[in-house]
Amino acid sequence: MVPISYYLVLSGILFACGVTGFLIKRNIISIFMSIELMLNGVNLSFVAFAAQWHALSGQIFVFFVMVVAAAEAAVGLAIIIAVYRTRETLNIDRVDLLKL
Amino acid sequence: MTHLIIFLAFGALCVAGAVNLLVQRHPINSALSLVVVMGSLAVEYLLLGAEFVAAVQVIVYAGAVMVLFVFVIMLLNAGEEERTRGSRVAMLLGIPGMLVGSVLVGWMLIGRTGRQTVAAGALPGAPRTIGWLLFHNFLLPFEVTSILVLIAIMGAVVLASHPDADTDRKES
Repeated sequence: MVPISYYLVLSGILFACGVTGFLIKRNIISIFMSIELMLNGVNLSFVAFAAQWHALSGQIFVFFVMVVAAAEAAVGLAIIIAVYRTRETLNIDRVDLLKL
Repeated sequence: MTHLIIFLAFGALCVAGAVNLLVQRHPINSALSLVVVMGSLAVEYLLLGAEFVAAVQVIVYAGAVMVLFVFVIMLLNAGEEERTRGSRVAMLLGIPGMLVGSVLVGWMLIGRTGRQTVAAGALPGAPRTIGWLLFHNFLLPFEVTSILVLIAIMGAVVLASHPDADTDRKES
């Protein structure tokens, strides 16, 4: 028997790691992977709450989150390829045309 | 007892992978540690009884999505990330703010859910039951998702295709 809060704390740690990576990483692909890490943390809390409330719809939602994440990964990586083609760099600090 | 030991072992592996993702400079190392995180998360799902979700996690996340990532890293020949100075506001406000926020959320979660425990395989999510729900109660969202995936595929093809490819085709 594992307290449900352990699962939630684990998912919180994963989400915090994702946010930290999003802030400190400079490589655009690493930033994208941090977003995936955040999505995974949220998925774990969905499954944990589904087990707590005995509601299978939580697991269905995880399925939908995964589908959206896969679609997002496909489009996002295509955007990264397009950015690399025009700017010749993966460093997020060098893609700053919108910066004042 | 074994349940707790397996949970703690794979939870530690998960957190180690996540921290390694932050520490590594080379994106390919980050990608491989993300695979470790996703694999150990699949074991946590199995512990909660979500068999279908665990299988999809391994196949879609650790399989398909990460292959896409590794493929793009190799394609763009991504080297070690260069260290440029990030924004000072993010350093001064972001990190303490995030620490305070995560402590608050953790304290609230532990306080609210209390000592409620969950047994191994508490809510069996076999492919059969999940599939039944998916094609009865959640049929409309399921179909909408398929349209979303179709749009994403077309968008990826349009975005990643070479900009000169169109004009070449017209000229020839």
